[in-house]
Amino acid sequence: MSTWFPSPEAVAAGLREAGYLADAATATTTYLAGALEKPLLVEGPAGVGKTELAKAVAATAGAELVRLQCYEGLDEARALYEWNYKKQLLRIQAAGDQAWDETHDDIFTDEFLLTRPLLTAIRREEPTVLLVDEVDKTDVEVEGLLLEVLSDFQVTIPELGTVVATRRPFVVLTSNASRELSEAVKRRCLYLYVDYPDAAREREIVCSRVPGLDERLADKLVDTVARLRTLELKKAPSIAESVDWARTLVALHVDDLDEQTVAATLGVVLKHASDHERAVRELRLRG
Amino acid sequence: MPGLLDRHLAFVGALRRAGLPVSLAEDLDALDALGRLPWDDRETVRAAYAATVLKRQAQRPTFDALFDLWWPRLVGDGWRGDPLVADVDDEDAGEADEGAAEAGDGGAGEDEAQAETEGAGPVRDGGAALAALRERLAEALAAGDDAAAQALAAEAVGRFGAMPGRGPGLSSWSAYTALQRVSPAELVERLVQALAAGGWAEDDARRAAVERVARFETEVEGDARRRIAEERGPRHVADVVLRPSIERLDFLSARRSDLEELRREIQPLARRLAVRLTKEQHARRRGPLDFRRTVRASVSTGGVPLTTHHRPKRPHRSELVVLCDVSGSVANFAQFTLLLVFALREQFTKVRAFTFVDQVVEVTEHFRPGADVVDVMTHLAAASAHAARFGRTNYGRAFAAFEEQHADALGPRSALLVLGDARSNHADLRLDVLRRLVDDTRHAWWLNPEHRRHWDTGDSAARAYGALVPMVECRNLTQLGEFVHDLV
Repeated sequence: MSTWFPSPEAVAAGLREAGYLADAATATTTYLAGALEKPLLVEGPAGVGKTELAKAVAATAGAELVRLQCYEGLDEARALYEWNYKKQLLRIQAAGDQAWDETHDDIFTDEFLLTRPLLTAIRREEPTVLLVDEVDKTDVEVEGLLLEVLSDFQVTIPELGTVVATRRPFVVLTSNASRELSEAVKRRCLYLYVDYPDAAREREIVCSRVPGLDERLADKLVDTVARLRTLELKKAPSIAESVDWARTLVALHVDDLDEQTVAATLGVVLKHASDHERAVRELRLRG
Repeated sequence: MPGLLDRHLAFVGALRRAGLPVSLAEDLDALDALGRLPWDDRETVRAAYAATVLKRQAQRPTFDALFDLWWPRLVGDGWRGDPLVADVDDEDAGEADEGAAEAGDGGAGEDEAQAETEGAGPVRDGGAALAALRERLAEALAAGDDAAAQALAAEAVGRFGAMPGRGPGLSSWSAYTALQRVSPAELVERLVQALAAGGWAEDDARRAAVERVARFETEVEGDARRRIAEERGPRHVADVVLRPSIERLDFLSARRSDLEELRREIQPLARRLAVRLTKEQHARRRGPLDFRRTVRASVSTGGVPLTTHHRPKRPHRSELVVLCDVSGSVANFAQFTLLLVFALREQFTKVRAFTFVDQVVEVTEHFRPGADVVDVMTHLAAASAHAARFGRTNYGRAFAAFEEQHADALGPRSALLVLGDARSNHADLRLDVLRRLVDDTRHAWWLNPEHRRHWDTGDSAARAYGALVPMVECRNLTQLGEFVHDLV
């Protein structure tokens, strides 16, 4: 009866087609999010493909992606809707002798409403994937706003009334867990933790993203990255960085990942001077 | 299916007892989710539960441990028949039956049967059986075959971890006994050689070998837990076996492996705290109205001041002096606190740190900006070696030495933070010195890693010192994080 995906296997296959290699847990949870029509909260380290998942779901389901990028100071006006004050002022000035009551009715209509991502997603009648990106960056007040939207899929605009979703969007929230989200938000969501992939899957991802990468080189690269992750680094390399590294190597026409190459290109994967030093020491590279 | 529902309810109950906030809504979601999924794969069931009842990755180890207890991988030995009488046909048939419930475990059954007929003889847990098992284990580990290793772990506990005939109240399975007999650690050298022969570099091979053996040991422990749970009920095991999650683990009772995990947590914790702090300061930062800017901005909206502008507030920062007991009993706690404070040093104008046992050593210089955590720890340990002249913690002497040598560190703008368990080996407490130190500073706190109920027992001078300096209990990362947040 699910309107989104028929089965977890279908999710996995669809995502794969969209260029996203999901593990079993991701596929199952994504399927459940569609089947139960609940928002999906995705947590995990930076760069493991949380945002990519939302994009891939949109591509798989043939839906449009509406994205709300969260940041500190995000408010209702930027997330939900806003009245176009300037246009309203112009309208009032242009009204001339018109009675205030009429003007008043005129200026609170659809024409003067600026819809922001949340309202846009709810009003759309075609399939929609709503991505609320980095939800942990917002202030606590915005969570309250999300609560209404996520549990009932409706928005109340005092001047116009309540807008109820005709078709529930597939909601993905991503978070780096830099702030603990409130229990209320978490309770309304399904939870998925995306971690660094295992070696086989990471190799597959890197190879699919970087055509022309030598198989043996890919093996070595994935091994090295996995080893870097076991060190106590400030910023462990993510999938995005492995892919960058592979691209670098291909661009440099390198066909073997020897110590010298690693030392020369380490800057692509590690972003702190101290991490760099440490990696060189642990991997016994000549810096 | 009343049985399944009962099991589900018991499982949810166990999660709640373990401290996971599973509400009724989540309980229902889980059932709804299970209803829409095929049940033939255990990992699917696990994923469905994880998606609906889990809300935080830190809860995952607890969740997994409980899941393994309530939804075990297999029942008994995974085959029918009396486990003590080896019957080849029975085993084969049993394995095939269980194959559906236990995906990816195909080849192990035949191997096992073979070994049984060829070498083991009539005694299931005799020396020959042991040798055969170790042989197969070495092969499985060398090949990196996780499924086979898992099956072997179950077999190892079944054969060598059994303690039949023990009295009631004592469990009849022991991972310890099984591991003693099989002693997989001795296989490391062999594994290294096998891997090296397969073209691995020596270092990589050793790391991989150690890691695989460790994983096997974890499997064995898990399997023993499973069997005990089967006999005595999962609830019993859950209550006894579960360790608190790393954030709630006491510093003083941390094991070596825990320490490493704790250390990894420090950086993310510092980052989370820093984010939270900047955000809170940001929220409070809205200063007085900037009238000119507001009016200027209102021109574009026809003189209606739609947006107001404010003057920024000047941030207020204080200096922090950390005085830290690094004697054996509290060394771990001291390290974590120091690391966390230094990870957050942008929040203070200046941070100075001193370590002591009975002498005082300044260690500020080791915390260079952007320094490597592991390096810092090494340097810190080396520097702290000078802090002990007599080798016994002596708070009184340390305070006196601090006042004598580093009195300039404290001033009216600085805050003093003392870390330690206040156990001074019955030496002179020198309360007068501490009182002078506290009077010199703006604020002072004392963090004590012991549980409040142990304060004032034995040689603890918690009350005497606590009368001068507000003493705070700080036993785990959660408490530490909260305290540092309040401090800033």
